Amino acid sequence: MKTAMKLLLASVSLAAASAFASGGAEVHLDKAPINLKDTASLQRGAKTFINYCLNCHNAQFMRYSHLTQIGLTEQQIKDNLLFTTDKIGDTMISSLQPTDAKDWLGSVPPDLTLSARVRSPDWLYTYLRGFYRDDAAPSGWNNTVFKNVAMPHVLHDLQGTQAMLKTGERRDHDGKMQPIMKLAMDRAGSMSPGEYDRYIADLVNYMTYMAEPAGPQRTQLGVLVLFFLVFAFFITLWLKHEYWKDVK
Amino acid sequence: MSNAPKAAIAPPFPGIVGDAIVWIDARFPLVKLYKEQVGDYHAPKNFNFWYYFGSLAMLILVMQIVTGIFLTMNYKPDAKFAFASVEYIMRDVSWGWLIRYMHSTGASMFFLVVYLHMMRGLMYGSYRKPRELLWIFGCMIYLALMAEAFFGYLLPWGQMSYWGAQVIINLFGAIPIIGDDLAVWIRGDFSISDATLNRFFAFHVIALPLVLLGLVSAHLVALHEVGSNNPDGIEINKDIDPLTGTPKDGIPFHPYYTLKDVVGVVVFLAVFSAIVFFAPEMGGYFLEAPNFIQADPLKTPEHIAPVWYFTPFYAMLRAVPSMLGSQFPGVAVMGAATMILFILPWLDRGKVKSVRYRGPIYKRFLTAFVISFLVLGYLGVVPTTVWGQLSKGLPLIGGADVATIVARVLTVVYFAFFILMPWYTKADKEKPEPERVTF
Repeated sequence: MKTAMKLLLASVSLAAASAFASGGAEVHLDKAPINLKDTASLQRGAKTFINYCLNCHNAQFMRYSHLTQIGLTEQQIKDNLLFTTDKIGDTMISSLQPTDAKDWLGSVPPDLTLSARVRSPDWLYTYLRGFYRDDAAPSGWNNTVFKNVAMPHVLHDLQGTQAMLKTGERRDHDGKMQPIMKLAMDRAGSMSPGEYDRYIADLVNYMTYMAEPAGPQRTQLGVLVLFFLVFAFFITLWLKHEYWKDVK
Repeated sequence: MSNAPKAAIAPPFPGIVGDAIVWIDARFPLVKLYKEQVGDYHAPKNFNFWYYFGSLAMLILVMQIVTGIFLTMNYKPDAKFAFASVEYIMRDVSWGWLIRYMHSTGASMFFLVVYLHMMRGLMYGSYRKPRELLWIFGCMIYLALMAEAFFGYLLPWGQMSYWGAQVIINLFGAIPIIGDDLAVWIRGDFSISDATLNRFFAFHVIALPLVLLGLVSAHLVALHEVGSNNPDGIEINKDIDPLTGTPKDGIPFHPYYTLKDVVGVVVFLAVFSAIVFFAPEMGGYFLEAPNFIQADPLKTPEHIAPVWYFTPFYAMLRAVPSMLGSQFPGVAVMGAATMILFILPWLDRGKVKSVRYRGPIYKRFLTAFVISFLVLGYLGVVPTTVWGQLSKGLPLIGGADVATIVARVLTVVYFAFFILMPWYTKADKEKPEPERVTF
């Protein structure tokens, strides 16, 4: 019996280990510095999202009024963020018509409400910093994590223009020489690279919040619930022991 | 169970509560039912860790029904509104996110608990005489649960909901002759559509919960008729104390096991809450990332995999080569993998029930079976290319993907556990069972 149990446990851990070992992403993703408690960052991100992203993308499940959760007052939202509607209870819908989008851009830009859950914050953080100039692409832009993406680099005034440059060569498994490509800043933007990284970090922070507005409340409540259950565990265990004393 | 003494039924409550019980008892067997099913139901005193999962499965069933009722209040079974209504629940309904996460986590935990519960039955021979029918009710619950999960998974109307359902319905389409008509009959349309969503909703919230409740009742009635098995696999009813008329190794279910199960419930709830509050997506295994995109019949996701609790069978499906251009052999193998559970009580020829007294051959087969189930479960999650390729296929086994070859071997191992059981259980060198339970 003991050996059977040991074998069982070993096989469970083997399966678990192999499950974790898999799923290696092809593209390296930078870690997004997410902090949902940083309301100033969330507010800056919301401003960027509404000023830039919302021109073409929707966030059709996100209500403006929910922004009160990140420390804005209704008046502040009305005065500074309502461009596409005048009702604070409305969801974030772009003024770009889907039919126009299809004509102008080739495809309808995806809804962004849940993109942080579809792609992961790290993906968004890398993607938004990974545009580079590519004259072969229809929009003139390409991206390191999303090859031949239809979206142009909307923030190039801020980041500047990156180019993909060959910095050397390296031998692959088959012995062939492959170029080593690296992103390099071709023309500087209005922000330094560090400023731009922080700018995108705020935006991704906001998009992570937007994908699950209940997120901060969820983890906060979770701590209380687990504390209660630990307490309940000792009480119920003690009660069980008291009764089981009779069982011989 | 008739091991309870036929004592006068006198409620221990004074005053108005006692009067009420007397009044009810004259019209309905309240005290008798309580005594038979709980108070005087004697369970073996040597239950271990593996015996928590039955009561936990009951807890999750109730939790799924309650959270399900509250979800139904705001969910819209309409292809146009379903996805948005789930997001509405997650954002605008008070505590909607909690109810939804409890329901989605509950679905996965239900399977986890049921798998552990079945494992217990396997290890200690709980399916053996006189518990064959109890086991069969359990197998039916498992099948109903798989149907319930399948119907429910379409309802959020995300990409994985849609394409997962597409894959599973196409399996029925692979059945020769009647397949295509059967698939149309299930969908109610030529493709998965609003009509499919509506009927799946009906099945998920009415039909299958009723079936599940009925089967669980039958499972419990059967259990209380024959009494619980225990880790030693010996019958406690053979050794009745002449003084009390109850089994010497039995203790009343209440308060002993009710209180013990409460401890199990608290531990389970801690694990459950840790997932609900800190990792509701569970790394993409409980809530899959593509399911946060609304269903789009024109865009197939890169990698379609069923939810983790179906993946051992999905891996078998993919491992079996198609014949004459038909996927049917794989479908048949997958179906057989679940149906074979039903005849398990008649495959086992061992003299002892519990793994504690089984011989080395049985232990090896059981271990191989568990490993094959777990590894198949893993292989069903990942693409078949996960372990690379051989330059050419192997003789007999075929296939060039290493993972496919492994899946084929493990499928054979899975079935060998059952099909060879009549021989290896008979040939095995078993140890003698003890007279009384080890406690």
